[in-house]
Amino acid sequence: MSNGNFFTSSVGRKSIMGATGFFLISFLVVHVAINSLIFINIFNPSDKGHTFNVAANFMATNWVIHIMEVVLVLGLLAHAATGIRITILNKQKRPVKYAIAPTSSTWYSRSMGLLGTLILLFLVVHLRDFWYPTKVAEFVNHDIDQFNTYQVIVAAFQNPIRVVIYLVGVASLFYHLMHGFQAAFRTFGLVNKKYFSTIQCAGKYFAIIVCTLFALMPILTFIGLIK
Amino acid sequence: MTLNSKVPEGRMDQKWDNYKASVSLVGPANRRRLEVIVIGTGLAGASAAATLGEMGYKVKAFCFQDSPRRAHSIAAQGGINAAKNYQNDGDSDYRLFYDTEKGGDYRSREANTYRLAQVSANIIDQCVAQGVPFAREYGGMLANRSFGGVLVQRTFYAQGQTGQQLLLGAYSALERQVALGTVTMYSRHEMLDVVVIDGKARGIIARNLVTGELERHFGHAVVMCSGGYGNVFYLSTNAMGSNVTAAWKAHKKGAYFGNPCYVQIHPTCIPVSGDYQSKLTLMSESLRNDGRIWVPKKKDDNRKPNDIPDEERDYYLERRYPAFGNLVPRDVASRAAKERCDAGYGVGSSKQAVYLDFKSAIERYGKTEAHKKGMHNPSKEEITEMGKDVVKSKYGNLFAMYEKITGENPYEVPFRIYPAVHYTMGGLWVDYELMTTLPGLYALGECNFSDHGANRLGASDLMQGLADGYFVIPYTIGSYLSKEIRTNAIPTDHPAFDEAEKNVRGRLEQLLNIKGTKSVDHYHKALGQIMWHKCGLARNEKDLKDAIQEIKALRAEFWKDVRVPGEMNSLNPELEKAGRVADFFELAELMCIDALNRDESCGCHFRLEHQTEDGEALRNDKDFAFVSAWEHQGDENWELHKEPLTYEYIEVKQRSYK
Amino acid sequence: MEHKNLSLTLKVWRQKNSKAQGGFETYKIDGISTEMSFLEMFDVLNEKLINEGKEPVAFDHDCREGICGMCSMYINGRPHGPWHGTTTCQLHMRAFNNGDTIVVEPWRAKAFPVIRDLVVDRSAFDRIIEAGGYVSVNTGTPQDANAIPIPKQKADAAFDSAACIGCGACVAACKNSSAMLFVSAKVAQLANLPQGQPERATRALNMLDQMDKEGFGSCTHTGACEAVCPKEISVLNIAKLNNEYLGASLTVARD
Repeated sequence: MSNGNFFTSSVGRKSIMGATGFFLISFLVVHVAINSLIFINIFNPSDKGHTFNVAANFMATNWVIHIMEVVLVLGLLAHAATGIRITILNKQKRPVKYAIAPTSSTWYSRSMGLLGTLILLFLVVHLRDFWYPTKVAEFVNHDIDQFNTYQVIVAAFQNPIRVVIYLVGVASLFYHLMHGFQAAFRTFGLVNKKYFSTIQCAGKYFAIIVCTLFALMPILTFIGLIK
Repeated sequence: MTLNSKVPEGRMDQKWDNYKASVSLVGPANRRRLEVIVIGTGLAGASAAATLGEMGYKVKAFCFQDSPRRAHSIAAQGGINAAKNYQNDGDSDYRLFYDTEKGGDYRSREANTYRLAQVSANIIDQCVAQGVPFAREYGGMLANRSFGGVLVQRTFYAQGQTGQQLLLGAYSALERQVALGTVTMYSRHEMLDVVVIDGKARGIIARNLVTGELERHFGHAVVMCSGGYGNVFYLSTNAMGSNVTAAWKAHKKGAYFGNPCYVQIHPTCIPVSGDYQSKLTLMSESLRNDGRIWVPKKKDDNRKPNDIPDEERDYYLERRYPAFGNLVPRDVASRAAKERCDAGYGVGSSKQAVYLDFKSAIERYGKTEAHKKGMHNPSKEEITEMGKDVVKSKYGNLFAMYEKITGENPYEVPFRIYPAVHYTMGGLWVDYELMTTLPGLYALGECNFSDHGANRLGASDLMQGLADGYFVIPYTIGSYLSKEIRTNAIPTDHPAFDEAEKNVRGRLEQLLNIKGTKSVDHYHKALGQIMWHKCGLARNEKDLKDAIQEIKALRAEFWKDVRVPGEMNSLNPELEKAGRVADFFELAELMCIDALNRDESCGCHFRLEHQTEDGEALRNDKDFAFVSAWEHQGDENWELHKEPLTYEYIEVKQRSYK
Repeated sequence: MEHKNLSLTLKVWRQKNSKAQGGFETYKIDGISTEMSFLEMFDVLNEKLINEGKEPVAFDHDCREGICGMCSMYINGRPHGPWHGTTTCQLHMRAFNNGDTIVVEPWRAKAFPVIRDLVVDRSAFDRIIEAGGYVSVNTGTPQDANAIPIPKQKADAAFDSAACIGCGACVAACKNSSAMLFVSAKVAQLANLPQGQPERATRALNMLDQMDKEGFGSCTHTGACEAVCPKEISVLNIAKLNNEYLGASLTVARD
């Protein structure tokens, strides 16, 4: 398989996963931080989504963010493509399957390919719901200044089916992160006896906090706390 | 043929240097043309193959396991001796030599043992350079511990897995040569005959165990490193595959067999639990440092061990040997256990076991800990708890292993232990150069007879295997090969190869064609029973004579009624076993003949007719200070040759451990 | 220890040779003492098969004391069976109940082809060691063993890695059939010792490349290897190997 080329070696491929994973995690931090601004409306209904919209519009129009958007897409594609490649290659390493499949590890650590695919599918829905309309507003209608992301979100999450789809997507992300966060550290050898449990803990809390915040948006909107 | 041990002239401590200075060498260009076959990849084989490969010889190495790393050297627990004197406690080459000679009950060749002591220190240097992770002190220096029968700390160790670490070191050196192309490795291959051309060992017939094919391999010399033959007893601490076949084929082709009756029976093994038992597991000798061995004072006492009060326990080793107590040498401890069990004091369901009790050690350590922590009135429970922690830190892995096998927790109930066949001091007779009586055929490690006399000291087997492979054979093989530089590789269509292969094939076909009614294991177990009861811990003339007849009868039955399923041309473990057991039958007979012939007690060879008033081994130096070297003379016939043992450097004494 | 006798149903993978199609055979077996080891139970089965004129089950085993690494059965979905930190030969029948059905398969991986029944070819491990699992030092007269002090923690860490017995359970349990735990244990052992430093970078590169060539998968950190390892080798070795490999890839020029 390997001919001494780093990027086709097993560790090399995993490094691509780890590096893009770290990058996507940093994106999640920004995304969840901006999302969280929506919760201001629970405590201060008079805001009427203003703070959130300011941030959202900034993200939608700033040229640095535009560049980063391109980088993000490339990172995501690299992560997904390499992930699919790794999954296929690894499957080929056991041509005859066990009658009783091994279960000595967590199910989600064994199901990163599946979880990743679910996230990818979810992303299609998600981008269609929220990213695509902003792009239409900016580049087609040129009325991004009037675009009220907050209203779009509130309207969208009145639909229970959409809420369920989002919760499934967030759950997939949660388990993906539960494994992926610490795995990325291990791929780069950034753990040792002393810090291993710290990293594992950090990964767990990161997944819990980020995914809870993500999940709260559709839930609170649906039950009417955000309106 | 008279035996020539080829011991060099000169003072004992200068013999090896003199030898090295005068031995003929083979130039590097010629080494590339000379082919050497190595049988077995344990400590001796792997180290020999690697070193000869490094020197530039063309080496072919064979092992029956799936990888050279599996050889049974890997199971050695305790450690490896070396006269480094790092502990500044008075060790020296001489003292190591002396301890080995005395431990062997003065039945080994002085010059070989002295050389072993001399190269011992170099082994440690070599292994450390290879990356063997020996135990270290906090200051970064190597740690040592003490072993049975000696007064210094000279044993180097890697937890309870010293053999594993040393073997993996030798294995990695071997694999490095495989990568460099100087060694070709033949795993899952079993040597089934030596090919002799013009009176010299010139190759082997080996069976590829996966395809079943017979292969011919030429070598200018053949180096036998095939281990010991303890499995002749069926139950032993050896690996299931350990066998005498390679050594035995060499014996039948002209190599004399030395001291076959010297078998070490290790005192601390987990006892047999049923007829299905396939092997015995050793518990390191180090347990005797802290454990106390006892049986009930009352015969057939069926109470649980913890219900038997102290005054009703017989700490028989402490009673009989007040000076050494539980730390008497292996042979003495083993015989004492058997004596108690035979007298009806054995414990456990089989009554073939004694207790090894850590209760007082736990209490003693617990009190010390309490003292250290400044606790003035510790409760009994606190003491026990702290004591257990100390014992765990010292022997935790052994306690865990015992619990895994028996299901009993030795922190709560005493270990049940019993002696088990462990190591064979006997083996192919070799001279100072480690060459057998068949020119061009060498024997290294446990498969030769040379260094341990009638009893081996703990942690000396690893030392000998590596000494032979790393530091002895590279020099001594030159003495022979320097005369072979004009010998071209002999094509393997030579009639001698035809003949050898035909015989091997014939024997395998014969075994397959018997199509009898009983399995190979059935016969192996029956042979083991005869050997254990009549040629085991204690022997006498009548039993040995009976045993010889019983072995002959059983062997005849085996050749008539064994059932070997399967075919020759595929992986067939039953066929492999059958061939090995057939050889064990022949060896077993020779062992009994040798034990009968050696009409004295020495080391592990205990003849009931020859014991002191207190039941200790009684040597007869006047008549038996010799090595028995048996020459095979056709079916069931052997001629005895004697190599006299003379002692210049030590005073021969009666051993006493009282 | 009280012992009981068990009656069991065994479903064992039978395969004539590497090319043949394999399949499960079912055997009923009685009178299995709870004190038997798992392999002794197989001895009893084989004795029975021989007496019935059938071919016994081929399986690898040698030392039967948990150190040679030869035994290799995949028992009820777990390499070496249900006990933690235990090889097949040290697994005892106490682990099972009367009436149990036990499914026994060979290690399955592209890099470990089946030779016969439960016997697989693990020579790929030898070739990985050949690629660099050693210190290139010839036999001779190296410096004194105490010339380079090695901190106890380092020596102990090296030992913990070196305790690997090369059985391949890590590969068998891994969903990717990755040999990373095996490779990393050797790389970490030598990386922790001063003797291993001169070849440290090339060792990691060459051993890992060989692992890839042999057809083992990549590590996705599921930790299944550590969970089934009879010697409890830590997955932290893998992190260390990754670190070594990445560092070496950045610094060593390769041809």
